[in-house]
Amino acid sequence: MTSPLKCDFCENPATVHLTQIVNNKVHKVDLCEACAQKKGVTDPSGFSLADLLLKASLNPEKSLSGTRCPKCSFTQADFKKSGRFGCPSCYDTFKEMLDPMLDGMHKGTTHVGKVPKVALTRKSLYDRLTKLENELSEAVKSERYEEAARFRDEINQVKQSAGVNKEVKS
Amino acid sequence: MTISTLLDSKSELTDSSSNKTAIVLMTRVRLARNIAGQSFPGWARPAQRDAILEKCQKAVTSISPLKRGLSLSVNELSELEKLNLVERHLISRELSGSTQGSGVIISRDQTFSVMVNEEDHLRIQVLRSGFHLRKAWNQIDELDSALEEELDFAFSPTLGYLTACPTNLGTGLRASAMMHLPALVISNQMEKVVRAVNQLGMVVRGLFGEGSDASGSIFQISNQMTLGETEEDIIKRLSSVLQSIVEHELNAREKLMESESGKLFDKLGRAYGILQNSHLLTSGEAMNLLSLIRLGVDLKMYPESCRSIIDRLFIETQPGHLQYAHKSAYDAQQRDFIRAARLRTEFLQVPKPDFTINTSDKN
Repeated sequence: MTSPLKCDFCENPATVHLTQIVNNKVHKVDLCEACAQKKGVTDPSGFSLADLLLKASLNPEKSLSGTRCPKCSFTQADFKKSGRFGCPSCYDTFKEMLDPMLDGMHKGTTHVGKVPKVALTRKSLYDRLTKLENELSEAVKSERYEEAARFRDEINQVKQSAGVNKEVKS
Repeated sequence: MTISTLLDSKSELTDSSSNKTAIVLMTRVRLARNIAGQSFPGWARPAQRDAILEKCQKAVTSISPLKRGLSLSVNELSELEKLNLVERHLISRELSGSTQGSGVIISRDQTFSVMVNEEDHLRIQVLRSGFHLRKAWNQIDELDSALEEELDFAFSPTLGYLTACPTNLGTGLRASAMMHLPALVISNQMEKVVRAVNQLGMVVRGLFGEGSDASGSIFQISNQMTLGETEEDIIKRLSSVLQSIVEHELNAREKLMESESGKLFDKLGRAYGILQNSHLLTSGEAMNLLSLIRLGVDLKMYPESCRSIIDRLFIETQPGHLQYAHKSAYDAQQRDFIRAARLRTEFLQVPKPDFTINTSDKN
Protein backbone atom coordinates (compact mmCIF):
# COMPACT_ATOMS: atom_id res chain seq x y z
CA MET A 1 0.00 0.00 0.00
CA THR A 2 1.11 3.55 -0.60
CA SER A 3 1.86 5.79 2.34
CA PRO A 4 -1.00 8.11 3.35
CA LEU A 5 -1.15 11.47 1.55
CA LYS A 6 -0.06 14.55 3.42
CA CYS A 7 -2.26 17.61 3.83
CA ASP A 8 -1.55 20.35 1.26
CA PHE A 9 -1.27 22.93 4.02
CA CYS A 10 0.45 21.12 6.92
CA GLU A 11 2.28 17.88 7.69
CA ASN A 12 -0.67 15.92 9.05
CA PRO A 13 -2.06 12.98 7.09
CA ALA A 14 -4.80 14.04 4.70
CA THR A 15 -8.24 12.61 5.33
CA VAL A 16 -10.34 14.94 3.18
CA HIS A 17 -9.85 14.55 -0.55
CA LEU A 18 -11.59 16.93 -2.81
CA THR A 19 -11.86 16.93 -6.58
CA GLN A 20 -13.45 19.72 -8.54
CA ILE A 21 -13.71 19.75 -12.31
CA VAL A 22 -13.60 23.20 -13.83
CA ASN A 23 -13.64 23.42 -17.64
CA ASN A 24 -12.61 19.81 -17.92
CA LYS A 25 -9.53 20.54 -15.81
CA VAL A 26 -9.27 18.44 -12.68
CA HIS A 27 -8.25 20.26 -9.51
CA LYS A 28 -7.43 18.10 -6.50
CA VAL A 29 -6.88 19.09 -2.90
CA ASP A 30 -5.91 16.84 -0.02
CA LEU A 31 -6.44 18.16 3.47
CA CYS A 32 -6.28 17.02 7.07
CA GLU A 33 -9.38 17.29 9.24
CA ALA A 34 -8.25 20.50 10.95
CA CYS A 35 -7.29 22.36 7.76
CA ALA A 36 -10.48 21.22 6.05
CA GLN A 37 -12.47 22.76 8.90
CA LYS A 38 -10.42 25.92 8.77
CA LYS A 39 -10.83 26.36 5.02
CA GLY A 40 -14.57 25.73 5.21
CA VAL A 41 -14.42 22.63 3.00
CA THR A 42 -16.90 20.84 5.25
CA ASP A 43 -19.52 23.50 4.63
CA PRO A 44 -20.80 22.78 1.13
CA SER A 45 -22.53 26.12 0.69
CA GLY A 46 -19.69 28.40 1.63
CA PHE A 47 -16.87 26.67 -0.13
CA SER A 48 -15.21 27.15 -3.44
CA LEU A 49 -12.09 25.46 -4.62
CA ALA A 50 -11.10 28.59 -6.50
CA ASP A 51 -10.73 30.48 -3.24
CA LEU A 52 -8.62 27.70 -1.85
CA LEU A 53 -6.40 27.54 -4.91
CA LEU A 54 -5.99 31.28 -4.73
CA LYS A 55 -4.77 31.07 -1.17
CA ALA A 56 -2.48 28.14 -1.97
CA SER A 57 -0.89 29.95 -4.91
CA LEU A 58 -0.23 32.95 -2.72
CA ASN A 59 1.56 30.94 -0.06
CA PRO A 60 5.07 30.72 -1.52
CA GLU A 61 6.53 34.17 -0.94
CA LYS A 62 7.32 35.75 -4.27
CA SER A 63 9.97 38.38 -4.89
CA LEU A 64 7.13 40.90 -5.16
CA SER A 65 6.95 41.37 -1.40
CA GLY A 66 8.80 44.71 -1.55
CA THR A 67 7.01 46.04 -4.64
CA ARG A 68 4.73 49.03 -4.44
CA CYS A 69 2.28 50.06 -7.14
CA PRO A 70 3.79 53.26 -8.59
CA LYS A 71 0.33 54.70 -9.08
CA CYS A 72 -1.32 54.03 -5.71
CA SER A 73 1.43 52.62 -3.36
CA PHE A 74 -0.43 49.36 -2.90
CA THR A 75 1.66 46.33 -1.75
CA GLN A 76 1.36 42.57 -1.97
CA ALA A 77 0.76 42.46 1.78
CA ASP A 78 -2.25 44.73 1.31
CA PHE A 79 -3.63 42.30 -1.24
CA LYS A 80 -3.22 39.39 1.15
CA LYS A 81 -5.16 41.27 3.77
CA SER A 82 -8.11 42.29 1.61
CA GLY A 83 -8.04 40.09 -1.50
CA ARG A 84 -8.59 43.24 -3.53
CA PHE A 85 -6.26 45.49 -5.49
CA GLY A 86 -5.65 49.22 -4.97
CA CYS A 87 -6.16 50.59 -8.47
CA PRO A 88 -6.30 49.49 -12.13
CA SER A 89 -2.48 49.84 -12.46
CA CYS A 90 -1.99 47.19 -9.76
CA TYR A 91 -2.87 44.63 -12.45
CA ASP A 92 0.41 45.55 -14.21
CA THR A 93 2.45 45.89 -11.02
CA PHE A 94 1.46 42.52 -9.62
CA LYS A 95 1.17 40.65 -12.91
CA GLU A 96 3.56 37.90 -11.75
CA MET A 97 1.46 37.13 -8.70
CA LEU A 98 -1.80 37.43 -10.62
CA ASP A 99 -1.14 35.14 -13.56
CA PRO A 100 -0.95 31.80 -11.67
CA MET A 101 -3.94 32.88 -9.61
CA LEU A 102 -6.16 33.59 -12.62
CA ASP A 103 -5.43 30.17 -14.03
CA GLY A 104 -7.37 28.38 -11.34
CA MET A 105 -9.97 31.07 -10.88
CA HIS A 106 -11.48 31.60 -14.31
CA LYS A 107 -12.36 29.76 -17.48
CA GLY A 108 -9.48 31.43 -19.32
CA THR A 109 -6.86 34.07 -18.71
CA THR A 110 -7.72 36.37 -21.61
CA HIS A 111 -10.78 38.57 -21.97
CA VAL A 112 -13.04 37.61 -24.86
CA GLY A 113 -16.16 39.55 -23.90
CA LYS A 114 -17.50 43.05 -24.39
CA VAL A 115 -15.13 45.89 -25.27
CA PRO A 116 -15.94 49.55 -24.48
CA LYS A 117 -15.59 50.66 -28.11
CA VAL A 118 -16.73 54.24 -27.71
CA ALA A 119 -14.45 54.86 -24.75
CA LEU A 120 -11.46 53.25 -26.47
CA THR A 121 -11.95 55.30 -29.64
CA ARG A 122 -12.26 58.41 -27.54
CA LYS A 123 -9.08 57.54 -25.65
CA SER A 124 -7.05 56.82 -28.80
CA LEU A 125 -8.21 60.12 -30.35
CA TYR A 126 -7.30 61.94 -27.16
CA ASP A 127 -3.87 60.28 -27.05
CA ARG A 128 -3.24 61.18 -30.69
CA LEU A 129 -4.25 64.79 -30.11
CA THR A 130 -2.00 65.11 -27.07
CA LYS A 131 0.90 63.70 -29.06
CA LEU A 132 0.30 66.06 -31.99
CA GLU A 133 -0.05 69.08 -29.73
CA ASN A 134 3.27 68.26 -28.06
CA GLU A 135 4.92 67.90 -31.46
CA LEU A 136 3.40 71.19 -32.59
CA SER A 137 4.76 73.13 -29.64
CA GLU A 138 8.18 71.45 -30.07
CA ALA A 139 8.23 72.46 -33.72
CA VAL A 140 7.25 76.04 -32.93
CA LYS A 141 9.92 76.24 -30.22
CA SER A 142 12.65 75.11 -32.63
CA GLU A 143 11.27 77.37 -35.36
CA ARG A 144 10.40 74.54 -37.76
CA TYR A 145 7.41 76.41 -39.08
CA GLU A 146 6.69 74.24 -42.09
CA GLU A 147 6.39 71.17 -39.87
CA ALA A 148 4.35 73.12 -37.34
CA ALA A 149 1.84 74.03 -40.03
CA ARG A 150 1.52 70.37 -40.95
CA PHE A 151 0.89 69.39 -37.32
CA ARG A 152 -1.71 72.14 -36.98
CA ASP A 153 -3.55 70.88 -40.06
CA GLU A 154 -3.45 67.35 -38.73
CA ILE A 155 -4.81 68.46 -35.35
CA ASN A 156 -7.69 70.23 -37.05
CA GLN A 157 -8.37 67.17 -39.09
CA VAL A 158 -8.49 64.89 -36.03
CA LYS A 159 -10.71 67.33 -34.16
CA GLN A 160 -13.04 67.62 -37.12
CA SER A 161 -13.37 63.87 -37.62
CA ALA A 162 -14.10 63.45 -33.91
CA GLY A 163 -16.80 66.10 -34.19
CA VAL A 164 -18.30 64.49 -37.28
CA ASN A 165 -18.35 61.13 -35.49
CA LYS A 166 -20.31 62.65 -32.69
CA GLU A 167 -22.82 64.23 -35.03
CA VAL A 168 -23.39 60.97 -36.81
CA LYS A 169 -23.94 59.23 -33.48
CA SER A 170 -26.51 61.60 -32.05
CA MET B 1 -38.92 61.13 -5.85
CA THR B 2 -37.90 60.41 -2.26
CA ILE B 3 -36.83 57.31 -0.37
CA SER B 4 -40.26 57.04 1.28
CA THR B 5 -42.15 57.17 -2.04
CA LEU B 6 -39.82 54.47 -3.26
CA LEU B 7 -40.35 52.24 -0.24
CA ASP B 8 -44.11 52.85 -0.27
CA SER B 9 -44.43 51.96 -3.92
CA LYS B 10 -44.67 48.48 -5.35
CA SER B 11 -41.43 46.79 -6.29
CA GLU B 12 -40.63 44.50 -9.19
CA LEU B 13 -40.22 41.71 -6.67
CA THR B 14 -43.35 42.03 -4.61
CA ASP B 15 -45.99 42.71 -7.20
CA SER B 16 -45.36 40.96 -10.46
CA SER B 17 -45.64 37.28 -9.68
CA SER B 18 -47.51 34.86 -11.86
CA ASN B 19 -47.32 31.12 -12.39
CA LYS B 20 -44.41 31.88 -14.71
CA THR B 21 -42.38 32.68 -11.60
CA ALA B 22 -43.15 29.30 -10.01
CA ILE B 23 -39.59 28.11 -9.48
CA VAL B 24 -37.35 30.96 -10.63
CA LEU B 25 -38.53 33.84 -8.46
CA MET B 26 -36.29 36.44 -10.01
CA THR B 27 -33.25 36.94 -12.17
CA ARG B 28 -30.54 39.47 -11.65
CA VAL B 29 -27.55 40.60 -13.70
CA ARG B 30 -24.81 42.89 -12.47
CA LEU B 31 -21.72 44.46 -14.02
CA ALA B 32 -18.68 45.69 -12.12
CA ARG B 33 -17.06 48.80 -13.63
CA ASN B 34 -14.32 51.18 -12.50
CA ILE B 35 -13.12 54.59 -13.58
CA ALA B 36 -9.75 54.53 -15.37
CA GLY B 37 -6.76 55.83 -13.42
CA GLN B 38 -8.55 56.03 -10.07
CA SER B 39 -7.94 54.00 -6.91
CA PHE B 40 -10.63 51.40 -6.19
CA PRO B 41 -13.11 52.43 -3.46
CA GLY B 42 -11.54 50.26 -0.73
CA TRP B 43 -8.14 51.93 -1.23
CA ALA B 44 -9.16 55.47 -2.23
CA ARG B 45 -8.87 58.40 0.18
CA PRO B 46 -12.16 59.96 1.37
CA ALA B 47 -11.73 62.98 -0.91
CA GLN B 48 -11.19 60.72 -3.93
CA ARG B 49 -14.27 58.69 -3.03
CA ASP B 50 -16.36 61.85 -2.80
CA ALA B 51 -15.12 63.02 -6.19
CA ILE B 52 -15.91 59.64 -7.80
CA LEU B 53 -19.35 59.61 -6.22
CA GLU B 54 -20.17 63.02 -7.62
CA LYS B 55 -18.86 62.17 -11.06
CA CYS B 56 -20.71 58.87 -11.24
CA GLN B 57 -23.98 60.25 -9.87
CA LYS B 58 -23.89 62.92 -12.54
CA ALA B 59 -23.17 60.44 -15.34
CA VAL B 60 -25.67 57.81 -14.20
CA THR B 61 -28.57 60.20 -13.66
CA SER B 62 -28.11 61.56 -17.20
CA ILE B 63 -29.09 58.19 -18.71
CA SER B 64 -32.68 57.44 -19.60
CA PRO B 65 -33.87 54.61 -17.30
CA LEU B 66 -32.27 56.39 -14.33
CA LYS B 67 -32.98 59.99 -15.30
CA ARG B 68 -36.17 60.14 -13.30
CA GLY B 69 -34.91 57.77 -10.65
CA LEU B 70 -33.78 58.33 -7.10
CA SER B 71 -30.16 59.19 -6.28
CA LEU B 72 -29.20 58.59 -2.65
CA SER B 73 -26.05 59.02 -0.61
CA VAL B 74 -25.65 56.20 1.87
CA ASN B 75 -24.76 58.48 4.77
CA GLU B 76 -28.09 60.31 4.38
CA LEU B 77 -30.06 57.12 4.94
CA SER B 78 -31.30 55.76 8.26
CA GLU B 79 -30.41 52.21 9.31
CA LEU B 80 -34.01 51.17 8.71
CA GLU B 81 -34.12 52.63 5.21
CA LYS B 82 -30.88 50.87 4.33
CA LEU B 83 -32.21 47.57 5.67
CA ASN B 84 -35.32 47.96 3.50
CA LEU B 85 -33.21 48.55 0.40
CA VAL B 86 -31.13 45.46 1.21
CA GLU B 87 -34.28 43.37 1.64
CA ARG B 88 -35.44 44.53 -1.80
CA HIS B 89 -32.05 43.58 -3.25
CA LEU B 90 -31.50 47.18 -4.40
CA ILE B 91 -28.29 47.66 -2.40
CA SER B 92 -25.85 45.16 -0.94
CA ARG B 93 -25.05 44.62 2.71
CA GLU B 94 -21.56 45.90 1.99
CA LEU B 95 -22.85 49.20 0.64
CA SER B 96 -25.26 49.62 3.55
CA GLY B 97 -22.30 49.28 5.92
CA SER B 98 -20.18 51.96 4.27
CA THR B 99 -19.99 55.36 5.89
CA GLN B 100 -18.51 57.93 3.55
CA GLY B 101 -18.74 58.66 -0.16
CA SER B 102 -21.06 55.87 -1.26
CA GLY B 103 -24.37 56.08 -3.01
CA VAL B 104 -26.99 54.38 -5.12
CA ILE B 105 -29.20 55.42 -8.00
CA ILE B 106 -32.45 53.46 -8.36
CA SER B 107 -34.89 53.62 -11.26
CA ARG B 108 -38.54 54.43 -10.52
CA ASP B 109 -39.75 50.92 -11.23
CA GLN B 110 -36.90 49.53 -9.07
CA THR B 111 -35.59 47.26 -11.82
CA PHE B 112 -32.33 49.19 -12.29
CA SER B 113 -29.94 50.12 -9.53
CA VAL B 114 -26.42 51.45 -9.73
CA MET B 115 -24.30 51.35 -6.59
CA VAL B 116 -21.39 53.77 -6.43
CA ASN B 117 -18.25 53.05 -4.38
CA GLU B 118 -19.22 49.61 -3.21
CA GLU B 119 -16.37 47.15 -3.86
CA ASP B 120 -15.98 48.73 -7.31
CA HIS B 121 -16.70 52.29 -8.41
CA LEU B 122 -19.85 51.11 -10.16
CA ARG B 123 -22.01 48.08 -9.61
CA ILE B 124 -24.76 48.17 -12.20
CA GLN B 125 -27.71 45.89 -11.61
CA VAL B 126 -30.86 44.85 -13.44
CA LEU B 127 -33.45 42.85 -11.56
CA ARG B 128 -36.50 41.15 -13.06
CA SER B 129 -39.07 38.86 -11.51
CA GLY B 130 -39.25 35.43 -13.13
CA PHE B 131 -36.76 33.75 -15.44
CA HIS B 132 -35.52 36.50 -17.77
CA LEU B 133 -31.73 36.22 -17.95
CA ARG B 134 -31.40 37.18 -21.59
CA LYS B 135 -33.72 40.16 -21.32
CA ALA B 136 -31.90 41.34 -18.19
CA TRP B 137 -28.55 41.01 -19.98
CA ASN B 138 -29.77 42.99 -22.99
CA GLN B 139 -31.01 45.77 -20.74
CA ILE B 140 -27.83 46.00 -18.72
CA ASP B 141 -25.69 45.85 -21.87
CA GLU B 142 -27.56 48.83 -23.25
CA LEU B 143 -27.24 50.79 -20.01
CA ASP B 144 -23.52 49.99 -19.80
CA SER B 145 -22.94 51.15 -23.38
CA ALA B 146 -24.75 54.39 -22.63
CA LEU B 147 -22.63 54.92 -19.51
CA GLU B 148 -19.47 54.31 -21.52
CA GLU B 149 -20.22 57.48 -23.49
CA GLU B 150 -19.98 59.46 -20.27
CA LEU B 151 -17.23 57.67 -18.33
CA ASP B 152 -13.80 56.20 -19.10
CA PHE B 153 -13.81 52.69 -17.70
CA ALA B 154 -10.65 50.92 -16.54
CA PHE B 155 -10.14 48.35 -19.28
CA SER B 156 -7.27 46.20 -20.50
CA PRO B 157 -7.38 44.50 -23.92
CA THR B 158 -6.08 41.26 -22.38
CA LEU B 159 -7.76 41.25 -18.95
CA GLY B 160 -10.97 43.07 -19.83
CA TYR B 161 -12.73 45.33 -17.33
CA LEU B 162 -10.42 45.79 -14.34
CA THR B 163 -12.09 45.23 -10.97
CA ALA B 164 -11.00 45.60 -7.36
CA CYS B 165 -11.17 41.84 -6.84
CA PRO B 166 -9.63 39.56 -9.51
CA THR B 167 -12.61 37.20 -9.15
CA ASN B 168 -14.72 39.74 -11.10
CA LEU B 169 -12.12 40.50 -13.75
CA GLY B 170 -12.91 40.37 -17.48
CA THR B 171 -16.61 40.78 -18.10
CA GLY B 172 -17.37 41.91 -14.54
CA LEU B 173 -20.60 40.00 -15.06
CA ARG B 174 -22.45 38.17 -12.34
CA ALA B 175 -25.77 36.72 -13.42
CA SER B 176 -27.96 35.02 -10.88
CA ALA B 177 -31.36 33.53 -10.30
CA MET B 178 -33.33 33.20 -7.10
CA MET B 179 -34.87 29.75 -7.05
CA HIS B 180 -37.54 28.24 -4.84
CA LEU B 181 -36.58 24.58 -4.37
CA PRO B 182 -38.69 23.13 -1.55
CA ALA B 183 -38.99 19.58 -2.93
CA LEU B 184 -35.23 19.24 -3.38
CA VAL B 185 -34.80 20.41 0.23
CA ILE B 186 -37.51 18.11 1.62
CA SER B 187 -36.06 15.10 -0.19
CA ASN B 188 -32.50 15.95 0.97
CA GLN B 189 -31.13 16.40 -2.53
CA MET B 190 -29.86 19.96 -2.18
CA GLU B 191 -26.35 18.95 -1.17
CA LYS B 192 -26.06 16.86 -4.31
CA VAL B 193 -27.35 19.73 -6.43
CA VAL B 194 -24.92 22.19 -4.84
CA ARG B 195 -22.01 19.88 -5.58
CA ALA B 196 -23.06 19.34 -9.19
CA VAL B 197 -23.60 23.06 -9.73
CA ASN B 198 -20.18 23.83 -8.22
CA GLN B 199 -18.53 21.44 -10.63
CA LEU B 200 -20.04 23.39 -13.50
CA GLY B 201 -18.37 26.55 -12.19
CA MET B 202 -21.52 28.01 -10.68
CA VAL B 203 -22.15 28.98 -7.05
CA VAL B 204 -25.15 28.39 -4.79
CA ARG B 205 -25.88 30.83 -1.98
CA GLY B 206 -28.75 31.77 0.34
CA LEU B 207 -31.37 34.44 -0.33
CA PHE B 208 -29.23 37.43 0.58
CA GLY B 209 -26.00 36.31 -1.05
CA GLU B 210 -22.71 35.40 0.52
CA GLY B 211 -22.97 33.90 3.98
CA SER B 212 -26.77 34.07 4.22
CA ASP B 213 -28.83 31.00 5.01
CA ALA B 214 -31.30 29.34 2.71
CA SER B 215 -34.44 29.83 4.79
CA GLY B 216 -37.61 29.38 2.80
CA SER B 217 -35.79 26.93 0.50
CA ILE B 218 -34.74 29.91 -1.60
CA PHE B 219 -31.34 29.70 -3.23
CA GLN B 220 -29.34 32.10 -5.34
CA ILE B 221 -27.43 30.47 -8.18
CA SER B 222 -24.84 32.43 -10.11
CA ASN B 223 -21.80 32.14 -12.35
CA GLN B 224 -18.44 32.15 -10.59
CA MET B 225 -16.08 32.80 -13.49
CA THR B 226 -15.99 36.11 -15.32
CA LEU B 227 -12.86 35.92 -17.48
CA GLY B 228 -12.20 33.89 -20.64
CA GLU B 229 -15.83 33.55 -21.64
CA THR B 230 -18.14 35.97 -23.47
CA GLU B 231 -21.14 37.46 -21.71
CA GLU B 232 -23.46 35.57 -24.06
CA ASP B 233 -21.79 32.25 -23.19
CA ILE B 234 -21.98 32.93 -19.46
CA ILE B 235 -25.70 33.68 -19.77
CA LYS B 236 -26.28 30.65 -21.98
CA ARG B 237 -24.43 28.28 -19.66
CA LEU B 238 -26.15 29.60 -16.54
CA SER B 239 -29.53 29.34 -18.27
CA SER B 240 -29.02 25.69 -19.08
CA VAL B 241 -27.90 24.96 -15.49
CA LEU B 242 -30.99 26.74 -14.15
CA GLN B 243 -33.20 24.88 -16.58
CA SER B 244 -31.88 21.55 -15.39
CA ILE B 245 -32.35 22.53 -11.73
CA VAL B 246 -35.97 23.41 -12.54
CA GLU B 247 -36.40 19.95 -14.03
CA HIS B 248 -34.88 18.31 -10.95
CA GLU B 249 -37.18 20.26 -8.67
CA LEU B 250 -40.24 19.25 -10.74
CA ASN B 251 -39.15 15.61 -10.66
CA ALA B 252 -38.64 15.78 -6.90
CA ARG B 253 -42.15 17.21 -6.51
CA GLU B 254 -43.64 14.49 -8.62
CA LYS B 255 -41.87 11.84 -6.60
CA LEU B 256 -43.00 13.36 -3.30
CA MET B 257 -46.59 13.37 -4.54
CA GLU B 258 -46.33 9.76 -5.67
CA SER B 259 -44.64 8.16 -2.72
CA GLU B 260 -44.95 10.52 0.24
CA SER B 261 -48.06 12.59 -0.35
CA GLY B 262 -49.27 11.89 3.21
CA LYS B 263 -46.13 13.39 4.76
CA LEU B 264 -46.19 16.29 2.31
CA PHE B 265 -49.87 17.10 3.03
CA ASP B 266 -49.11 17.00 6.74
CA LYS B 267 -46.32 19.57 6.32
CA LEU B 268 -48.49 21.83 4.18
CA GLY B 269 -51.48 21.54 6.50
CA ARG B 270 -49.40 22.32 9.58
CA ALA B 271 -47.84 25.33 7.88
CA TYR B 272 -51.33 26.67 7.17
CA GLY B 273 -52.40 26.07 10.77
CA ILE B 274 -49.37 27.82 12.23
CA LEU B 275 -49.64 30.82 9.90
CA GLN B 276 -53.31 31.26 10.87
CA ASN B 277 -52.85 30.83 14.59
CA SER B 278 -49.37 31.50 15.90
CA HIS B 279 -48.40 34.53 17.97
CA LEU B 280 -44.61 34.44 17.72
CA LEU B 281 -42.76 33.88 14.46
CA THR B 282 -39.12 34.53 13.62
CA SER B 283 -38.39 35.62 10.06
CA GLY B 284 -36.65 32.29 9.39
CA GLU B 285 -39.65 30.24 10.51
CA ALA B 286 -42.06 32.51 8.65
CA MET B 287 -40.01 32.06 5.45
CA ASN B 288 -40.08 28.29 5.82
CA LEU B 289 -43.85 28.22 6.37
CA LEU B 290 -44.53 30.61 3.49
CA SER B 291 -42.31 28.48 1.31
CA LEU B 292 -44.53 25.44 2.01
CA ILE B 293 -47.69 27.41 1.19
CA ARG B 294 -46.07 28.55 -2.05
CA LEU B 295 -45.37 24.90 -2.88
CA GLY B 296 -49.07 24.29 -2.16
CA VAL B 297 -49.99 26.99 -4.70
CA ASP B 298 -47.75 25.31 -7.29
CA LEU B 299 -49.51 22.01 -6.54
CA LYS B 300 -52.91 23.72 -6.94
CA MET B 301 -53.97 23.19 -3.34
CA TYR B 302 -54.50 26.93 -3.05
CA PRO B 303 -55.86 29.30 -5.71
CA GLU B 304 -53.26 30.89 -8.00
CA SER B 305 -54.22 34.30 -6.58
CA CYS B 306 -52.44 33.36 -3.33
CA ARG B 307 -49.04 33.38 -5.05
CA SER B 308 -48.70 37.14 -5.09
CA ILE B 309 -49.67 37.32 -1.39
CA ILE B 310 -46.92 34.84 -0.51
CA ASP B 311 -44.28 36.54 -2.65
CA ARG B 312 -45.14 39.90 -1.13
CA LEU B 313 -44.94 38.43 2.38
CA PHE B 314 -41.52 36.89 1.66
CA ILE B 315 -40.25 40.47 1.54
CA GLU B 316 -42.69 42.24 3.85
CA THR B 317 -42.10 39.93 6.83
CA GLN B 318 -38.36 40.68 6.75
CA PRO B 319 -37.25 42.69 9.81
CA GLY B 320 -36.71 45.96 7.92
CA HIS B 321 -40.03 45.98 6.07
CA LEU B 322 -41.93 45.00 9.20
CA GLN B 323 -40.52 47.91 11.16
CA TYR B 324 -40.90 50.31 8.27
CA ALA B 325 -44.62 49.45 7.99
CA HIS B 326 -45.01 50.24 11.71
CA LYS B 327 -42.86 53.37 11.42
CA SER B 328 -40.68 52.52 14.40
CA ALA B 329 -37.91 50.25 15.61
CA TYR B 330 -38.67 47.07 17.53
CA ASP B 331 -36.45 44.45 19.13
CA ALA B 332 -36.38 40.92 17.77
CA GLN B 333 -39.09 39.53 20.05
CA GLN B 334 -41.50 42.42 19.47
CA ARG B 335 -40.94 41.87 15.76
CA ASP B 336 -41.86 38.20 16.12
CA PHE B 337 -45.21 39.22 17.70
CA ILE B 338 -45.89 41.79 14.99
CA ARG B 339 -44.92 39.36 12.25
CA ALA B 340 -47.23 36.64 13.59
CA ALA B 341 -50.10 39.13 13.90
CA ARG B 342 -49.56 40.33 10.35
CA LEU B 343 -49.50 36.76 9.01
CA ARG B 344 -52.66 35.82 10.98
CA THR B 345 -54.49 38.71 9.34
CA GLU B 346 -53.16 37.95 5.85
CA PHE B 347 -54.05 34.28 6.15
CA LEU B 348 -57.66 35.03 7.03
CA GLN B 349 -58.16 35.57 3.28
CA VAL B 350 -56.39 32.36 2.27
CA PRO B 351 -58.85 29.45 1.83
CA LYS B 352 -58.21 26.05 3.40
CA PRO B 353 -55.90 23.85 1.35
CA ASP B 354 -57.59 21.44 -1.02
CA PHE B 355 -56.07 18.02 -0.37
CA THR B 356 -58.31 16.24 -2.88
CA ILE B 357 -56.19 17.22 -5.85
CA ASN B 358 -55.42 14.47 -8.28
CA THR B 359 -51.95 13.32 -7.31
CA SER B 360 -51.16 12.10 -10.82
CA ASP B 361 -51.98 15.49 -12.34
CA LYS B 362 -48.75 17.12 -13.41
CA ASN B 363 -49.49 20.79 -13.75
